[in-house]
Amino acid sequence: MTKEEQASIPFIVKIATSLVVFVTMFIVACVLGAADTSLKDVWQAITLDAKTDTVLMLREIRFPRETGAVFVGAALAVAGAIMQGLTRNPLADPGLLGLTAGANAALAITLAFLPNANYFTITIACFIGAAIGTLMVFGIGAAKKGGFSPLRIVLAGAAVSAFLYAIADGVGLYFKLSKNVSMWTAGGLIGTSWPQLQIIVPLIVIGILLALILSRQLTILSLSEEVAVGLGQNTARIKGILFIVIVLLAGASVALVGNMAFIGLMVPHIVRAMVGTDYRFIIPMSAMTGASFMLLADTLGRTIHSPYETPVAAIVAVMGLPFFLFIVRKGGSF
Amino acid sequence: MVRLYTKGLHIGYGERLIVKNLNVEIPDRKITTIIGANGSGKSTLLKAITRIVPQQSGTVVLDGKDILKENTKILAQKMAILPQTPESASGLTVGELVSYGRFPYQKGLGRLTKKDIEVIDWALEVTGTSDFKYRSVDSLSGGQRQRGWIAMALAQETEIIFLDEPTTYLDMAHQLEVLELLQKLNIEQERTIVMVLHDLNQAARFADYMIALKDGQIVKAGDCEEVMTHDVLRKVFQIDAHIGRDPRTNKPMCITYNLLKGDNQNEKMAIPLSSIGAYR
Repeated sequence: MTKEEQASIPFIVKIATSLVVFVTMFIVACVLGAADTSLKDVWQAITLDAKTDTVLMLREIRFPRETGAVFVGAALAVAGAIMQGLTRNPLADPGLLGLTAGANAALAITLAFLPNANYFTITIACFIGAAIGTLMVFGIGAAKKGGFSPLRIVLAGAAVSAFLYAIADGVGLYFKLSKNVSMWTAGGLIGTSWPQLQIIVPLIVIGILLALILSRQLTILSLSEEVAVGLGQNTARIKGILFIVIVLLAGASVALVGNMAFIGLMVPHIVRAMVGTDYRFIIPMSAMTGASFMLLADTLGRTIHSPYETPVAAIVAVMGLPFFLFIVRKGGSF
Repeated sequence: MVRLYTKGLHIGYGERLIVKNLNVEIPDRKITTIIGANGSGKSTLLKAITRIVPQQSGTVVLDGKDILKENTKILAQKMAILPQTPESASGLTVGELVSYGRFPYQKGLGRLTKKDIEVIDWALEVTGTSDFKYRSVDSLSGGQRQRGWIAMALAQETEIIFLDEPTTYLDMAHQLEVLELLQKLNIEQERTIVMVLHDLNQAARFADYMIALKDGQIVKAGDCEEVMTHDVLRKVFQIDAHIGRDPRTNKPMCITYNLLKGDNQNEKMAIPLSSIGAYR
């Protein structure tokens, strides 16, 4: 498809297509799994008040899990898109720039020092950790004049992440909590429950709504800082709000699924190939695509080695690594 | 009384002062060009006047108000800036790029009004970029791309337009194309244009007012006859210039030049020589 033809397809058609893909993916994700279920069972679980084992399993285990996949996928993809626009760095991703590692370290510390912490407290701790991790990366990246070179940010991200993961591991070992910590961080979507979602989903929804409202500002900022100032944007304020949005989305995701690299990196790049570089289109499309992608990864994780689980983070990484190398090779023209 | 002037402007990054105690007035409805050697503070001055780089002290005054105290959106309705070689527009079409020039007038999610669309079409028209409206900016040639960016600045509908080296990376024909477009805007619509130019002869040919900077200070400001002189160019660029006349426009032009070999060189030589002597 040439550029002109691609541009001639209205955005509404593209987003509608992605919606269809998403709904199909959600149904597939609900039907397939270790336990035998049919489309009819899923339909009954949604509509009827039946109390069969299958319906209960769907309602209490599989539905919350897939709902979690939807929101985490969307959150990570949108966070990645914002980070790439904000830093004008095609390699930006919550997992690469210290957010995930920071949230992880905070998680380990919270489990160690506040053993009775409830889910909400842990979520808040993840936000704080994500914010500190990111500030460390940007602080190091900006310490030298000339600031945010993509390479320096990625290097700083790698160093800070390694440091924060070491803290998480150290705390886990010292307090004999390693198993607990890795249950959180490598557990993916296993055991996602409705009460957890009640805390996480509203935060992600707020984050994505803010991202949509600011998408036009983000496009201008992604052109160049100077252009943005010249057009009358209050860049300091916009960057501050976008930073909070990123922390909100990435922190909430870590609280729910632990480590999940590459989604935030990959999805926005795939989306750009479909809708161009205007963030008014990239943000909603990233949310839809991220959600579908996460459903796909989780369904694969549950089915390829059924009845055993393959960690979803591993599946995403296996799909993501070649993609990451491709972006690096391409030299990051985006 | 001019609309835009600076008062005691000091600008620097960290410890290093780049512009020192600068007082300059930008004449209204005229074309002003800023010239100077690399690192003389031309771009920095332009960025301070347009609030992109904050000054350390002093003020930039527009319409009687300190620009740092003015609402940035209101300012964007009064002055537009085209930074030096804007980064890639990363896939935006020319039409989309130009539509962002309406940003200072928009609220909320920014639907384009009828007026916005009229202004955008006009900006595309005068810059000769209407044909590229649906093409990606990245697919255009350097000259076309630069005109697209100028169209965005025009869509801002400001009375003052700043440009930082708008002709860099363009070939001779495209350079002239851009400068003639700016001249036309100045004459037909009385827009104030301020630009940094590297090419002295172009600066003299298109400017009503020239500002020559050296080490962050004004060596000379005035019309081209006052600035394009052997003496000023010697101070600003350390060159021995031969000034003649453009046979077509009758403006002064630098026909040829040599590097000055005088006091400057001797001073540089003096240090190593004496240190060699010390070792002996």
